[in-house]
Amino acid sequence: MTEGVDTIDPNEPLLRVSDLTVEFPTDDGVVHAVRDLSFELKPREVLGVVGESGSGKSVSSMAILGLLPKSARVSGSISYRGQELNGLSYNEMRKFRGNSMSMIFQDPMTSLNPVFTVGAQLTEAYLEHHKVSKKAAWAKAVEALEQVGIPQPDRRAKQYPHEFSGGMRQRVVIAMAIINDPDVIIADEPTTALDVTVQAQILETLLRIRDETNAAIIMITHDLGVVAGMVDKVQVMYAGTVVEAGSVDDVFDAPHMPYTVGLLGSNPDPSMIGQRLTPITGAPPSLVNLPSGCAFSPRCPLVAPVCHESEPPLFEVGGTVAHLTRCHRWNDLVGYDDPKKLFARKEIGAEEPIAALMIDNPEAVVVEHLADSADSTRGDEKEAAS
Amino acid sequence: MSTGTETRPASGDAGTTGTPLLQVNDLFKSFPVRGGGIIPRTIGQVQAVHGVSFDLAAGETLGLVGESGSGKSTTGRAILQLHKPTSGSVRFEGKELTTMHPRELQGMRRDMQIVFQDPYASLDPRWQVNDIIAEPLRIHRFGSPDAVQQRINQLMEIVGLNPEHRNRYAHEFSGGQRQRIGIARALALNPKFVVLDEPVSALDVSVQAGVVNLLEELQQELNLAYLFVAHDLSVVRHISHRVAVMYLGSLVEVGPRELIYSKPMHPYTQALLSAVPVPDPKRERERQRNRIVLTGDVPSPVNPPSGCRFRTRCWKAQDICATEAPELRKRGDSELLSACHFAEEMPVA
Repeated sequence: MTEGVDTIDPNEPLLRVSDLTVEFPTDDGVVHAVRDLSFELKPREVLGVVGESGSGKSVSSMAILGLLPKSARVSGSISYRGQELNGLSYNEMRKFRGNSMSMIFQDPMTSLNPVFTVGAQLTEAYLEHHKVSKKAAWAKAVEALEQVGIPQPDRRAKQYPHEFSGGMRQRVVIAMAIINDPDVIIADEPTTALDVTVQAQILETLLRIRDETNAAIIMITHDLGVVAGMVDKVQVMYAGTVVEAGSVDDVFDAPHMPYTVGLLGSNPDPSMIGQRLTPITGAPPSLVNLPSGCAFSPRCPLVAPVCHESEPPLFEVGGTVAHLTRCHRWNDLVGYDDPKKLFARKEIGAEEPIAALMIDNPEAVVVEHLADSADSTRGDEKEAAS
Repeated sequence: MSTGTETRPASGDAGTTGTPLLQVNDLFKSFPVRGGGIIPRTIGQVQAVHGVSFDLAAGETLGLVGESGSGKSTTGRAILQLHKPTSGSVRFEGKELTTMHPRELQGMRRDMQIVFQDPYASLDPRWQVNDIIAEPLRIHRFGSPDAVQQRINQLMEIVGLNPEHRNRYAHEFSGGQRQRIGIARALALNPKFVVLDEPVSALDVSVQAGVVNLLEELQQELNLAYLFVAHDLSVVRHISHRVAVMYLGSLVEVGPRELIYSKPMHPYTQALLSAVPVPDPKRERERQRNRIVLTGDVPSPVNPPSGCRFRTRCWKAQDICATEAPELRKRGDSELLSACHFAEEMPVA
């Protein structure tokens, strides 16, 4: 496809991120959006990044592309083929953005400009990095549309985004991301806004494009199913940092971090029908006031005193690709037969049986006189309680 | 669509005696499409719901699944008369809702409630939680201020919120907690039937599980009937007794949960199930090899295809599919009701 591909050593990482930290100073304090994130990405590799909202998935990818607002404090190193990207100005980043690394955004409805034709937007993206005639760029745009599986690409290129369906619009966004043959494609929840049958088409398209162009893909998603199907390596993020990483088989088969266990356990599993799901108690921590020690400790069923004292480093626990976990007690976790049971709890919220709290006969309390109604409520409750 | 007892998707056996709680019969809802110009004229009809029939028993959950734009939410709202149905009948405890006087209907709303999808948009940001939960109680004149307050505290406890937080505003709660407030509001008047319109799709997985558990627990304790509208097939599988699959305004397949998920008959159900990614790398890779990837998109509901509405994306389509709309009825030996001329059992991994 491109002259660059042949010169890459397939074992040499394209992208090396080390100790990436992103902070946003706000009136309420400093938001620690990303903390000490490190990873490597090789050509053709698909890296899955999973985590809940607010775990730093999107901010880290924006930092890599230099798309964060000026107020963000970015430290650490982002090295693309040996070139340091952190610290480059917005304009210096332009020659990398779209050309070497590109991004597919979540919402295809808002990532295209409604007043230009699809072809014009693709042409613009191509001309930004190539000195060719407009006509040649248009031909390239049509080619890119064909590559992502849009039927009648020459006719469709003259249409506006509103004339495309959601799935087709996401294909256009993908076409725009690949038109300059980037080495790294960052896909930020590319199928979240789409239906499952369309999602299947889009994921297939992405993997086919990876095969055709040898690009590496960073797949950001909250859908564990999407990760299971298409990635090689996976990173689980929590409170701005990686809490577990490894090959997708290692992480899904033998999670070594209670949060991963909880995340896998809260997904409804057909074999669990008739049983309660096992949610993780509590809510993710505020990124302004992180808990002392391990960020997951307030919600962790395995929590021990050491977890409150210090944030665990990433321990290496073996595996084909280095399987890493940020847990002091991963050794104990391995000892459990069915670690998902750790999250099982009896009560959901109500301390008493719910039926006792409900009134038996709501009609009885709708009376004109306030005093009567108050009495009858109490009467009902005595009955219900007895 | 026939209304004979043979072809009606009857309610399951979740404790039914006599008439089902809710009977929906041949429900239609269309919205006019208006053109531009100074005097807008109606230039077409969006057929959002097209001949939907089903029963629902007390204490039962019917999962309604389908892709966006298939008419799931409109069906839920047309049942509650939040959208006036174009034609068809909705009977709740034997009483016809479509022709009911608005005043009488308001009284009926006590028994029929709805929980909305977006916990950020469905709660008034300027109201305290106390007022939000109290609103249905005030409208239906529940009782003295003391009784109302007591009831609010109970409700907050039931859904797992701390009653001490009743004077907070909606923005002070997380997404999962907000959805619990929406559930408390829906339960305030002790309804018998709740439409759950994508109640967990805006929530993170770890929080979603807690809300699903709460809904199941509430159903068991209070014998609630749910119409669970969702596009997430794994959640629907977990919570539903029966599942109805919708495509472009019509039901294409209805039946007991296990059959729908293990031996679907309709090609659309088969494609839908095969497209769902499962969080298990080995199984998922295997599934990917056998995945049925549908081509194209859902056709426009303004100009739906003739005959079977799924035929434009169906790999089994033949001439008859364009001329004759298949009835929703039992096909072959299966217990499922399928609307397909060529319905055929296909196990899904």
